Amino acid sequence: MTQLILFNVTNGLIIGAFYVLMALGLSLILNLSNVINFAHGNFLALGGYLAFTLSPTLGYWGALLVSPFLTALIGLAVERLMIRRIYNRDPVYSLLLTFGLAFVMQDAARYIWGPNGLPMGLPAVLAQPITSDLFFITYYRIFMVTVVIVAVVGLFAFLRYTRVGLRIRAGTFDLETVSTLGVNVRHLRTFNFALGCLLAGLSGVLAAGQIGLNPNMGDELLMPSFIAIIVGGVGSLIGTLFGGLLIGMAAALTTVVYPSASEAVIYAILMAVLLIRPRGLVGEEGMLS
Amino acid sequence: MSISTLSVRRRTLLQAGLALGASQAVGAPFVVRALGDEPVKIGMVNPLTGVLSALAQSEVDGAKYAEAEINKKGGILGRQVQLLVEDSANDVGTGVQKTRKLIDRDQVNAILGDVNSGIAYAMSQVTNEKKVFHIVPGGHTDPITGTNCKWNVFRVCNTTTMDAEAVTPELVKKFGKKWFFVTPDYAYGHTLQDAFVKALTKAGGSYEGDMLPINNTDFSATLIKAKAYKPNVLLNNMGGLTQINCMKQFTQFGMQNEMGLGGALFELESVKGCPPEAQTGWWTYEWWWNQPNVPEVVKFVADYRAATKNTPSARVWFGYVSMHTVRLAAEKAKSLDGPKLAQALEDMELPPDVALQPGKVIYRKGDHELMPNIFVGEVHPPKGNADDVFTASTLVPGEQAAGSVADTGCKMVEPS
Amino acid sequence: MSMAIASLGGRLPMQAGRRELALIAVWTALLTVPLWLPLLGGYTALAGRVLVFGLAAMGLNMLLGFTGVLSFGHAAYFGLGAYGAGLTLRYLVHSTPLAMLAGTLLGGLAGTLFGLLIVRRRGVYFAMCTIAFGQLWYYLAYSWNSFTGGFDGLRDFQREAINLGPFTLHIEDGGTVFYFFLLAIFAVAVAVMGVVLRSPFGRTLLAIRENERRARFLGIPVERHIWLSFSISCFFTALAGTLYALLNNFADPLTLHYSLSGYFVVMTVIGGMRTFWGPLLGAAVFVVLQDYISSMTVNWMSFVGATFMLVVLFFPRGLLGTLRRRVQV
Repeated sequence: MTQLILFNVTNGLIIGAFYVLMALGLSLILNLSNVINFAHGNFLALGGYLAFTLSPTLGYWGALLVSPFLTALIGLAVERLMIRRIYNRDPVYSLLLTFGLAFVMQDAARYIWGPNGLPMGLPAVLAQPITSDLFFITYYRIFMVTVVIVAVVGLFAFLRYTRVGLRIRAGTFDLETVSTLGVNVRHLRTFNFALGCLLAGLSGVLAAGQIGLNPNMGDELLMPSFIAIIVGGVGSLIGTLFGGLLIGMAAALTTVVYPSASEAVIYAILMAVLLIRPRGLVGEEGMLS
Repeated sequence: MSISTLSVRRRTLLQAGLALGASQAVGAPFVVRALGDEPVKIGMVNPLTGVLSALAQSEVDGAKYAEAEINKKGGILGRQVQLLVEDSANDVGTGVQKTRKLIDRDQVNAILGDVNSGIAYAMSQVTNEKKVFHIVPGGHTDPITGTNCKWNVFRVCNTTTMDAEAVTPELVKKFGKKWFFVTPDYAYGHTLQDAFVKALTKAGGSYEGDMLPINNTDFSATLIKAKAYKPNVLLNNMGGLTQINCMKQFTQFGMQNEMGLGGALFELESVKGCPPEAQTGWWTYEWWWNQPNVPEVVKFVADYRAATKNTPSARVWFGYVSMHTVRLAAEKAKSLDGPKLAQALEDMELPPDVALQPGKVIYRKGDHELMPNIFVGEVHPPKGNADDVFTASTLVPGEQAAGSVADTGCKMVEPS
Repeated sequence: MSMAIASLGGRLPMQAGRRELALIAVWTALLTVPLWLPLLGGYTALAGRVLVFGLAAMGLNMLLGFTGVLSFGHAAYFGLGAYGAGLTLRYLVHSTPLAMLAGTLLGGLAGTLFGLLIVRRRGVYFAMCTIAFGQLWYYLAYSWNSFTGGFDGLRDFQREAINLGPFTLHIEDGGTVFYFFLLAIFAVAVAVMGVVLRSPFGRTLLAIRENERRARFLGIPVERHIWLSFSISCFFTALAGTLYALLNNFADPLTLHYSLSGYFVVMTVIGGMRTFWGPLLGAAVFVVLQDYISSMTVNWMSFVGATFMLVVLFFPRGLLGTLRRRVQV
């Protein structure tokens, strides 16, 4: 019995790590620009599909490296052409814009790559379990968790130690003051959005290896990401980190005792947080309220 | 020209327009052309966008191919056939709306659809109300030809009972009687598992299983449980992409070395989305293209490939059969009237060039379910041809697997 | 047109005359739908769908356009209305009015209670919570198989004829009778909404929309007003949901999904967020557009999505909003 629980806790952390990566990208964009990126799941899918298209020429590792950056580039273009125009307006418009964008991107994915599910080839070395006892931990999952850890640490380091990162963090608190201090806020927002899309694209490549590719793949991950952000605390990246891990673990552990409720438990946690501690686990009072 | 003349003319024009509109709204046909030139319209409602789009598109492809074929051979009752395809977007409201559109505005003679069983059922309520002939090519939920059967609704694809009863003896023979189920938690999953449990219990077996959310992506917790239970075979009842993920994770964890793998449907579209190591297991197919001993099939596949550059899947065959069914019913009834078509189709046997398989393929009168063969066999990585991923070992006659009409719970109510 | 005004006794102030004219135009169009809609390639069920969605969007607009608060999860109350009506008809009693009452209460009360939780939040956080709350009900509906029919939806119920004493309203046949029934309910709901919005309460909402801080300084209990506005809008949207269940004889989980919430917001914005009739017009445009384009191409999602984006970028005031501006200038 303890072995079963141990297995599932480990499993939960692996699942949670994945939610974290996706939610962090969403959270970054939300915090600085006050934009809920409904198309985030579609950027994820885009990252995966680009990796699929590039892997015959660049190999798996090349595709893994390049497609997040390509996704970030497309995100940059989207931000410059469209999202930038509506920052100063009512939040309803940014929601609708990304909502419409999600539609267009999903349809484009279906048009370009077809409605059928596509398999993403993994290098053979990754597709096996590490030992026969821990059979459910394949090298790929360890690889995924490693990539997530590297990305998260990298992100936090970037925000902490670089000038741009500092500006982003400051901008989350008070964009106006940052602007008056001479920072080009427009460039900052564009960069931030692209960074969020980079994380989404990376999630997509990782997801593709795990669950394959299809035009709707982003939809299922969008809601848990939202919830991770709310549960952790809107405005706090650390909160999002904890939120993602928490719901990943909860989902995995619930599958042990009551599998059909493994999705419900995420919403139950959401309601509990909204009732008991609306600002989230790590959130700060007054943030975005 | 004075203003009053203009307004008189405008008024007359408006009145004429209203009259025209009223006549159309009332439904009196504005007969300009002879009836023979008016095409026979068949409406198809399918989820062309959304998670089921791959399967829906295959059905549409099969139906369009049949449309061209029928028109080349003279159409239905001497009139050309026109297939009108509408997207239900995997949403019931849209599906019902499109059905009404096809019936009220486009005046179709028959309705085909939907892959999504919930939508198929909602559509059948509309078609039943309006007395329109309705064929469900690929919506699998049992009540459509069971407890909710209707006089105007016929179905091509199998019930879960048929699939489960067909494959269970093979699985028991090959692997054993201790099973573990991985099932999606909704109506189709429940009825499928119940059907399997019934068949397994008859064979004296035992089982355990997990009911998972429909869109579940990670199966590790369930597979951990399965491994601990040490079954003879794992039954993968998940559908679509979740089925593929379960297969992939199953093989990634190396579990195929310890237990067998099988289930009911593992469709060609899904198999092609799997990496080679996950293309495995024992399954049922509702139709399979590779039947070298049946000349009609060989010809059909060759012609279809020449026309579309694709190999036909079971879903393509569903669409194809549905269109030809309308033709055959119309030819027998010598009419396009809903009740007459339904009556003509009961107990009708499909000719070999439509059935495309050996044996007698009949629309059973009691529940309006088509009784084809069920192809039971093994899925494997492609042998040469990219579509050669399945080898049938037995063909189980549908009627044998389906049980009696009384078992389905269907009580057919004839039209008033 | 000038003859009409002349017959009303001389020159009238522009505003009142225009409003009356608008009302007459709208109601004439709605009342004669079975006559002109088929001419344009439509069908009566399409008009029914426009009315139902229009009512839902107008309910949302109370909150969004008139109070200035964004909810992106209103489909939850719409869906609860649909399920409430369906469950009543299926399990409790074969009565359409009772089903409508039950559905409206279910959706309205859920909204009222939820509003209490989040009324202190604003902006995107509020919106995110509304989305998440909606998904909670979506999840509940599609997994509680035995009660709600789960993923396949709630079926085995149908709209029942309404016995009004001397005669019976045979709405179970669908078609024109049902359309006029929908129109009647719509008329009553819209009238009530109009009264509410013109009352001092409604004016206060406008004040809150324009400048919340100033309203607070004036002593207006802002949170209470926002909560009430949220609550009332949920009741109207839930009523629309019950009509939707009657229209389809079916209730399915997608009526609770955030994509439908998004559609309601889109309809409101396309028509004109700050106008009364805007959402109805937006609903008409959206439903017709989707219906027409999805028949022509499989890639209708691109067109619809692109339309949303174009409206947001270039026509943020929506159709009626832009029209109103032009006329004023």
